Amino acid sequence: MNFRLLILSLLAIFAVHLQAHAQESPYLVTYDHYLEEPGSLEVEYFSNFATQRGGPDFHAYWMELEYGATAWWTSELYLDGQTTFGDSTIFTGFRLENRFRLLKSEHVINPVLYVEYEQITEADKIMKEIEGHDVEIDHAESNAVLRQGHNHELELKLILSSTHNGWNFAVNPLAVKPLTGGEPWEFGYALGVSRPLALKASAKRCTFCRENFVAGVEMYGGIGDRPSFGLSETSHYVAPVVAWNLPSNWTLRLSPGFGLNDNSHQFLLRWGVSREFQGFGATMARLLGGR
Amino acid sequence: MKRSVCRAFIVCVVTSAFGSVAVAQSAGSGESRKDKSPYVELSKVPAKAAAKHNPLESDPDAVAAGSKLFEMHCAECHGADASGGKKGPNLRVEEVQQATPGSLFWVLTNGVVRRGMPVWSRLPEPQRWQLVSYIKSLPAPSR
Repeated sequence: MNFRLLILSLLAIFAVHLQAHAQESPYLVTYDHYLEEPGSLEVEYFSNFATQRGGPDFHAYWMELEYGATAWWTSELYLDGQTTFGDSTIFTGFRLENRFRLLKSEHVINPVLYVEYEQITEADKIMKEIEGHDVEIDHAESNAVLRQGHNHELELKLILSSTHNGWNFAVNPLAVKPLTGGEPWEFGYALGVSRPLALKASAKRCTFCRENFVAGVEMYGGIGDRPSFGLSETSHYVAPVVAWNLPSNWTLRLSPGFGLNDNSHQFLLRWGVSREFQGFGATMARLLGGR
Repeated sequence: MKRSVCRAFIVCVVTSAFGSVAVAQSAGSGESRKDKSPYVELSKVPAKAAAKHNPLESDPDAVAAGSKLFEMHCAECHGADASGGKKGPNLRVEEVQQATPGSLFWVLTNGVVRRGMPVWSRLPEPQRWQLVSYIKSLPAPSR
């Protein structure tokens, strides 16, 4: 109910607040090499609904505050929560992320370094990345049990991304080091390809023009850990993605995901809404007494 | 366990500190380069890229579409009328207007990351050419 109210409020704000817009990628898991514009703040809300065999389905959600510190550095804070149907709604932790563009100009392949610290409980179900031996059954326990386990992790990604003729190709190998319990490095991946539905912009402002839609597909999964690297006991997903960049700085994203093996959730439905606030840094500097 | 968590925080703090120091340095170097023209990047464009022809030069909608794109993506820094803003330089000046379309396209594509201009290759090529058409259509500043 509250969630519906939130969405309705967001849409109402969108309806009365028409100005510039950003060109956002459609990915919900994969990263491309484009960072937040310097001084801009992007406020994002995402949901992940998943079916669950051996337990109740769940709806996990997270908020992202993404700030473009410079043209080559973006910093981000995540706040995660989830509702397991017939169980409870809980806050599951936070993540701090930094992305650094490594090369100053555009190349065929553009590398970006991603460094994230996570302090979450085992009840976290946003599935923003699949790593190690993450499998569906991990989410079957009750929240009361899962929230007893705490994860402090350092996550590193090498974002490799290329854009050619409107097509974006992105590959994100990732490595996660649990910082407690002496657990080994875990590994995973995310791949994405996407393209706007039209490459030329129309001369007039429009909401439903093809250029405002970006479609693609993502694939992500775990590839084991250091002692048992490989595909055994891992989960994998393929997910079509679509983003609608509205002419009001809002972006809507939708992605149905499908598990590719028996260890995966059979169905995921992710969606998100985000809005970019341009000039946020300058406004804050003025408020805090700077120039 | 506590030691590991501390280690993680240190990594995060060091990462952020690295960024902050680098930002401070780039701000500092910006000060020392104050008299360096913000248009210097146009002179660094490779000859092959500078010679590129705008494929949308004769497209009657290109300027209007470019104007729309400019308002969406560029006006925040370069000003609504492209005569310069707090972060971005004036685009009506001679240096820009006399630059080849290929040079403007190259700067748009690659950005000037160290000076705060992001890469705009996320806009498809035709949209970048539409922006170039708009920028080249701008009248000279009134004196």
